[in-house]
Amino acid sequence: MATKGAPVNDPMIDPITGEYVVVAPGHTFKSVTETISRIVLTPHTPLGWYAGFALAGGVATVLLVAVLYLFLTGVGIWGITIPIAWGFAIINFVWWIGIGHAGTLISAILLLFKQGWRNSINRFAEAMTIFAVVCAGMFPLIHVGRPWLGYWLFPYPNTMNVWPQFRSPLLWDVFAVSTYATISVVFWYIGMIPDLGTLRDRSKSKFGQFIYGMFAMGWRGSVRHWVRYETASLLLAGLATPLVLSVHTVISFDFAVALLPGWHTTIFPPYFVAGAVYSGFAMVITLAVPIRKFYHLEDLITLRHLDNMAKVMLTTGLIVAYGYAMEVFMAYCYSASHWEYFMMWNRMFGPMGWAYWVLITCNIALPQFMWFRYVRTSIPLMFLMSLIVNTGMWFERFVIVVTSLYRDYLPSSWGTYRATTWDYATFVGTLGLFTFLFFLFVRFLPMIPMSEIRMMLPQAKVQPESGNVVEAGH
Amino acid sequence: MPMREGTYGLLAEFDTPSQLVHAAENAYSAGYRRMDCYTPYPLEEAAAAIGFHKDYVSLVCLLGGLMGVAAMFSLETWISVWSYPLNIAGRPYFSWPAFIVPAYEWTILYAGLSAAFGMLALCGLPKVYHPLFNAPNFRSGATSDKFFLCLESVDPKFDLGETRSFLEGFTPASIVEVEY
Repeated sequence: MATKGAPVNDPMIDPITGEYVVVAPGHTFKSVTETISRIVLTPHTPLGWYAGFALAGGVATVLLVAVLYLFLTGVGIWGITIPIAWGFAIINFVWWIGIGHAGTLISAILLLFKQGWRNSINRFAEAMTIFAVVCAGMFPLIHVGRPWLGYWLFPYPNTMNVWPQFRSPLLWDVFAVSTYATISVVFWYIGMIPDLGTLRDRSKSKFGQFIYGMFAMGWRGSVRHWVRYETASLLLAGLATPLVLSVHTVISFDFAVALLPGWHTTIFPPYFVAGAVYSGFAMVITLAVPIRKFYHLEDLITLRHLDNMAKVMLTTGLIVAYGYAMEVFMAYCYSASHWEYFMMWNRMFGPMGWAYWVLITCNIALPQFMWFRYVRTSIPLMFLMSLIVNTGMWFERFVIVVTSLYRDYLPSSWGTYRATTWDYATFVGTLGLFTFLFFLFVRFLPMIPMSEIRMMLPQAKVQPESGNVVEAGH
Repeated sequence: MPMREGTYGLLAEFDTPSQLVHAAENAYSAGYRRMDCYTPYPLEEAAAAIGFHKDYVSLVCLLGGLMGVAAMFSLETWISVWSYPLNIAGRPYFSWPAFIVPAYEWTILYAGLSAAFGMLALCGLPKVYHPLFNAPNFRSGATSDKFFLCLESVDPKFDLGETRSFLEGFTPASIVEVEY
């Protein structure tokens, strides 16, 4: 490491490990509470927030219009045809739900591995999960053609005496995604209760005290409650971990259980999960960089977070690269199937081959720059990298869905795919909805978990046998 | 809830976690049992000091998970074998490998909901009114940067004068008598 051995003057670098610190030095319980709760409780909402909120709301309105027109007209307004019956809707569904997965990974898996640095980015990564699932969940629903009958997917006693078919991955999806949405919301809310208590106690307005008080449910920080709370958090983390792996596995089953070349492959579950985490971390960086700048949270979201997230992206990116390599190997060398061979050739050099090369460039080639510490700790470069990876991951789903479908077995049934304005409007609209919800979140809820940051401060430790000695402030 | 009158307990405020744990340990060994510590972040040492070791959240979670898997697997079996048998490409009606996936999801769903709501129920939450909120310094500190020990009046050993002087021995920042 470059900084090791050299005298360290930067207070943001830990002199012993040479790593960037997780929380800037000099913070106390009070200053942490102040810094985070001020954002929510301030009576002066920054003008920039209004501007962003209005812009995001405007873009979200596009979604409203697109969906309204869809309901009035039908899925014919989209570019889907036979043979490409799964177009943007499924691409966007998989893309959004993948983004959500990093939130669960940060909140659950990194908690189990006792990665303390995750604490500062945990809450808004979870919020990102929920909003991403909101956007994702909409797509299959509006894609079914008659969304007002969507509830037929659930097993409920009805006068038609009809029950769902449990051998289909599409039905598994319903259970996986609905469980995922529910558990994510519960995990997020339970984690927020102590902080809502803080907001209730610090809010100056009667209305704020009432609302936060109701949602805090009377939390008073009893250590008996804390012990149960900690157990429940660990259990939820332990449950969310297999859940998040299963959700993207089940989504990959939607493809892998079909017999289509390009979909029918056993590598899909692990490679989908890795890709999900990859794009999710990219989205966390896309969100964290502007937020820490705008709200001056450089003390709590430090370069250490960027550095670590970059390393996770590098790892998952390589797993994804392995997945691509395996697909090529299976198709060209191992399967000995003419259809597999043609699918791969067509994917690379067919009329839509450009999409494949965009994907390889964005997901594999360019992210290799993250091997350099300079890139990992450069904020503009990491922001750029996160946008590149998000683009690449969208193209991955495009390549899987479209280039497998448009030229299958029989040349007479080949077709092509061209997305319509309404496809783009719906997609861009969900970006707006996501940002809109996120703006609401950063304004009205504590985006960094205060209790967990307090726990990370040096003075939070109990000094043995020094009961009456007041510690010198760090 | 019937109205109660009188003193709920004595609330001592400390500036550091070490002072709180020290006081709580001594109160426990002096024979106080009906007491609680209030901290702005989880402090396991304080829970151990007042003799709280066993929470039943894991048990509730386990029971919930078992309920979830049983519910979904039986539902799938009943639907696919008895209520609405469908012949899908000649597969058996009782195709249990396919049933695992929704049953797995519901295990997690029920276990997660049980852990979360079980935790709240065991804590007696939601409870938006509590006598401690009457203490003037409690709300500004307990959820932010101060550490509290409350010895409750229902404890047989509790005596307003004696308990107060007992607590004063630990040099707390303040001692407040909390009313119901």
